[in-house]
Amino acid sequence: MTSTPLHAAIAAGSTLNSRTATSHATTKIADMQNAAAHAWAQTPWPTRTTEAWKYTPLKALEKGEHFTPAAKNTLTSDALKPFEINRLEALTLVFIDGHFCAEQSDDLTQLPTGMTIEHLSDASDLGQFNKAAGEHATLFGELNTASIDAALVISVAKNAQVIQPVRVLNIASANKPCLANARILWQQAPHSKATLVEHFVSTQGSHTFTNSITELFVGENAECEHYRLHLEDEANLHIGGVYSHVHKHARLNSFYLAMGANLQRVDVVTQFEGEGAEAVNNGVYLPRNKQLVDFHTCIEHKVPHCNSHETFRGIIGDSARAVFNGRIHIHKDAQKTLAELSNKNLLTSNKAEVNTKPELEIYADDVRCAHGATIAELDALAMHYLRTRGIGQAEAQVMLSFGFINELIEQLNNAAIVEYLRPVIAQRFANKSELLDSLTNNALI
Amino acid sequence: MLTIENLQANVSDKNILKGLNLEIKPGEVHAIMGPNGAGKSTLGHVLAGRDGYEVSGGSVTLEGKDLLALECEERAREGIFLAFQYPVEIPGVSNMEFLKASVDAVRKHRELPAWDAVSFMKKAREACTAVNLDQQFLKRGVNEGFSGGEKKRNEIMQMMLLEPKLAILDETDSGLDIDALQVVANGVNALRSPDRSFIVVTHYQRLLDFIVPDYVHVLADGKIVKSGDKNLALELEEKGYGWLEGESA
Repeated sequence: MTSTPLHAAIAAGSTLNSRTATSHATTKIADMQNAAAHAWAQTPWPTRTTEAWKYTPLKALEKGEHFTPAAKNTLTSDALKPFEINRLEALTLVFIDGHFCAEQSDDLTQLPTGMTIEHLSDASDLGQFNKAAGEHATLFGELNTASIDAALVISVAKNAQVIQPVRVLNIASANKPCLANARILWQQAPHSKATLVEHFVSTQGSHTFTNSITELFVGENAECEHYRLHLEDEANLHIGGVYSHVHKHARLNSFYLAMGANLQRVDVVTQFEGEGAEAVNNGVYLPRNKQLVDFHTCIEHKVPHCNSHETFRGIIGDSARAVFNGRIHIHKDAQKTLAELSNKNLLTSNKAEVNTKPELEIYADDVRCAHGATIAELDALAMHYLRTRGIGQAEAQVMLSFGFINELIEQLNNAAIVEYLRPVIAQRFANKSELLDSLTNNALI
Repeated sequence: MLTIENLQANVSDKNILKGLNLEIKPGEVHAIMGPNGAGKSTLGHVLAGRDGYEVSGGSVTLEGKDLLALECEERAREGIFLAFQYPVEIPGVSNMEFLKASVDAVRKHRELPAWDAVSFMKKAREACTAVNLDQQFLKRGVNEGFSGGEKKRNEIMQMMLLEPKLAILDETDSGLDIDALQVVANGVNALRSPDRSFIVVTHYQRLLDFIVPDYVHVLADGKIVKSGDKNLALELEEKGYGWLEGESA
């Protein structure tokens, strides 16, 4: 198939400079980038007939203006204050429109024991770069790989127990449409433990298209706690992917929140590479106005004796739309697999829409698999119960919506994240401050 | 306090209440007994304002106000409290958040000063203690995973905080062991006062040993067919409802 004229124009545009190599590693990077640029140019632009994009039109990108590379922007420390997460006490790495901002980031020479952070271009070897993402390459993944300049490699050494979370703060700040590529390579050696918080936010008036790929490699017996919080303003766009390899007896615990951006598409691919591993992928999406949220998740049970648990919940309001595609792929040899998937949706407006599809592909015969998807309105009996206690209809709606989401928030391991998210989510439903107080004052007990 | 005149109500086009009359004065406790399907629970739901319970005739006034014209939540704020036979589980909303929102709404309507967070917590803890519920239940989702008895005690706890004018207990004794029954009854008795009334819907005389009623009514086929004092309950326990059938016609 040939690409669209738009597509060709973008490929020929300034985004993709061809690379010249200066060392062995950079030769590899250049090769990878050139190959990805080629793939990006060859892949047809998604349309309604492209299965993976069936319910997610890319009209917003088709004008082409979002493919201008983002310029380097600076922000004051004051401008960053609203993005802090109290009590998280994280090591914070700041990217502004995809560019690493050393001045606003914590000192990379003062890292917790066992952790190293370097730019891919400075790295002595490429490690596992693009190993997970490359296997499931998508159109935008190729674009990311082709144009990556600020990829960061975060490595945790064998046996290192890093208590301090790493927060990667991605700020969309460009005042006109542009492209920000963000790329994280997170590598945990065996028996290590660490927490990654991907925090996507925006400044007022920003129009950034963020194209963000994160790869997580969780080594044998390692534990990874991962949060990905999409909180950009609605004028921004976001397409991203999180690709993980979970090795023998390792554990990955991921939580996704999608509240921001007018178009949000996140591909989540978790692949088991060794027996006895476990992965939890939970998520929440709350589109409103004309927002569109699309989660495409896939659990690759390649090997036996692994457990995966996945719960996504969404509340879709106004004229917003949500797409959820949850695939569980159990390979031929993956006996004794336990895989659970649940997706529940609440529609709070007549114009809201959701397309949800659990997809099971099972080639092993001794597995336990449970999946389900529901679309509903608020529970009438619960509504009535609240009203018999004097709570007005509007407030009861807020409480029930909040409760539906809060069930997942309360399960998060990191108390600072819970504390940060509860008011952010309550605010989405409640405009009455009194109710907000009672919803966020739980710390009193 | 509450005057029910010739109340008729349908559920799913089926006639359930067929001309019910009842007068409750401040401070009185009225027990309503009767066979299954007589309309006891329907009466509670109609008074509390549940959707789908259609009033087709008659009137209900609370202190002179037309109760039936009010929305469900307005009735609660005016002082109607229904303790559910089957309290509803609401995961994700903590009991505390729920109680605070509820108490705030009711006190605001009654033009009472709002309780600040600290005094609210104190009251909530006291109410827990009074019904023998661990304070951990304040943190948990509303009724989520509570046992039958815990749910009923949670209802009484809410009633204590909301201080209603008229409390309707819909088979609050069902599913309770004797100790829990006593706890619930103590909670109710502690709230008895000259200006608060109760309607106690029950199948069993046993509850009325603990919550001694001023009046006992037998509801059969949508009407009150017999009224008496607490001794009527003893008589019913002994004879059943069969002997009253002639009187319902």
